[in-house]
Amino acid sequence: MKKSLLFGLAGLALLIAVPPFLKSYGIYLFSTWLVYVIANMGLNLTVGYAGQKSLGHAAFFGIGAYTVAILMQHGVSFWIGLPTAMLGCFVIGLVLGFPALRVQTIYLAFATLGFNTAVWLVLRNEEWLTGGTFGINNIGRPELLGLSLESPLAYYYFVLGIAVVLSALMWKLLHSPWGKAFTALRDNPIRAESLGIHIQTYTLLSFAIGAVYAGIAGALFASLVQFIEPAPFAVGTSFMMYLMVVVGGPGYFFGPLLGTAVGVLLPEWLRFAQAWYLFVFGAAVVLLMLWLPDGLLSIPDRIKARRQARDASAARAANAAKLGVQA
Amino acid sequence: MTDFIQLLLSGTATGAIYALAALGFTLLWQASGTINFAQGEFVMLPAFMMLAFNAMGLPLLAGFALTCVIAVLVLGWGFKRGIADPLLRFGMMPIVVATLGLSIAIRNGVRAGFSAEAHPFPSLFGDKLIHVAGVTLTSADIGTLVAAVLLVAGTQAYLSRTVTGRAMQAVAQNTESATVLGINVPRMVFYTFAINALLACAAALLVTPTYLAKFDMGEGLATKAFFAAIIGGFNNSRGALLGGVIVGVSENLAAAYVSPAYKDAVALVIFMLVILFKPQGLMGKRVERKV
Repeated sequence: MKKSLLFGLAGLALLIAVPPFLKSYGIYLFSTWLVYVIANMGLNLTVGYAGQKSLGHAAFFGIGAYTVAILMQHGVSFWIGLPTAMLGCFVIGLVLGFPALRVQTIYLAFATLGFNTAVWLVLRNEEWLTGGTFGINNIGRPELLGLSLESPLAYYYFVLGIAVVLSALMWKLLHSPWGKAFTALRDNPIRAESLGIHIQTYTLLSFAIGAVYAGIAGALFASLVQFIEPAPFAVGTSFMMYLMVVVGGPGYFFGPLLGTAVGVLLPEWLRFAQAWYLFVFGAAVVLLMLWLPDGLLSIPDRIKARRQARDASAARAANAAKLGVQA
Repeated sequence: MTDFIQLLLSGTATGAIYALAALGFTLLWQASGTINFAQGEFVMLPAFMMLAFNAMGLPLLAGFALTCVIAVLVLGWGFKRGIADPLLRFGMMPIVVATLGLSIAIRNGVRAGFSAEAHPFPSLFGDKLIHVAGVTLTSADIGTLVAAVLLVAGTQAYLSRTVTGRAMQAVAQNTESATVLGINVPRMVFYTFAINALLACAAALLVTPTYLAKFDMGEGLATKAFFAAIIGGFNNSRGALLGGVIVGVSENLAAAYVSPAYKDAVALVIFMLVILFKPQGLMGKRVERKV
């Protein structure tokens, strides 16, 4: 616990210190990464901690982005748009949780995938509301306490600040009795229920809270790119988010940080492979899964398990030697 | 009315192809619990292989036969040994992500290594128009429908009539009991992977003349196949045919009578209703899975 706090602080110091030295594209990439980190933190709660297979996370990302964009288009402030997006995502997330009460595993995955497709169809076809495939452009950036966040660097720090606050809240949530209830739901729902945990409530909440995180991320995304269209909120993004969470390590607090780096930053680093870069990326994901099926953050656990096994066998050998001497 | 019948028939033909992809998908899930998110790419890759053989001067059917052999080796055996076997014991998440990665790799590998454009693909059944009682049909539609129905019926017959097929079903229903009965479980699981690869090749042969060979052709196809598999019933191979036809027909009718923009929505609604109220599918039987 102390160690992860230390890691967190060191990472944060880097994230504060480095971006001023980057070019604007680098700052943009870091901001994008942070936006997806926020969304994936929510998905990590739903998938990694509560064990609900959700393949519709990009729908909430889109609902958040479009809520803020449409409201701002009509002259409403970002600071009213953001809570509206959060509330909207919470309610819709609750509703999407209901299928999870009936079906599990792959059926749930496909139900959420279907929901994502439905949302995407609405975004694409209801031009009066969403601008259809033309999207919405000229989305502004908010002001904070009179400070303009127009410049990329200022906006980056704004996103970073929100990400830190949301991480702290998530940390609190996971270390409260609620967090234990979520993991109980994942590990053994029947036992959890028999211990008096109302599993229906927690299933719904895991979707709703995850959705709120995606909604906030969507709102930040809209202001970051300043132009949104339906494509980034299609099923493909849900797949990518799921991939990022699982690659990073589902059910590990810092999993989304690493996983999102793999999903957002790695393809950029691979640009040297030119036309082949996404091929290399896909192959890397396959290999990574084969090597670490529990995600990148399972490495420390694996080292620990190996060390324990070695210590145990050393102890056994020592015992055997001692017995041998006595005999 | 003739319009309606025409839409119905061409929808059924497209749906029959979805059924082929859906059938392979359900077989894999039943036999081994593998969820293959690269199913669409498993159809796209053989299409390009056949094109390559065609460019070398081989006739279409000879190219198809060769492609089948390669597909069984690579998409059947290679996929099972390389990805499914090592990952299955870690639950559903790693295999889903690995097949997602695989689909990204295959799709973009074909785009980078072959071409990003859509390539025409020779049709097995020609493109003659047939007029029956005022309804115009293409020979491709009829041929596709007949071939796909024969393939599904053939697979079904193989599974229920032959000893090997019954052994495969036994493995799908209860792996432990099948082992006790002396069935070679790994071999039966390999057979399902091989059948999946063959069905994908057949789907490629039938669908590519209309879809055109393109690196991202698998994307839409896979979603339709998943929908078809769920609607028809995940533990029933005839269900895949029904599900495929429902998806194909409903998207055709919706495009004509509701709105082209929402042509996928009708299948989606049916799919959501099925998943919520009859998750075992329209033709599926309720099966208690072991804990």
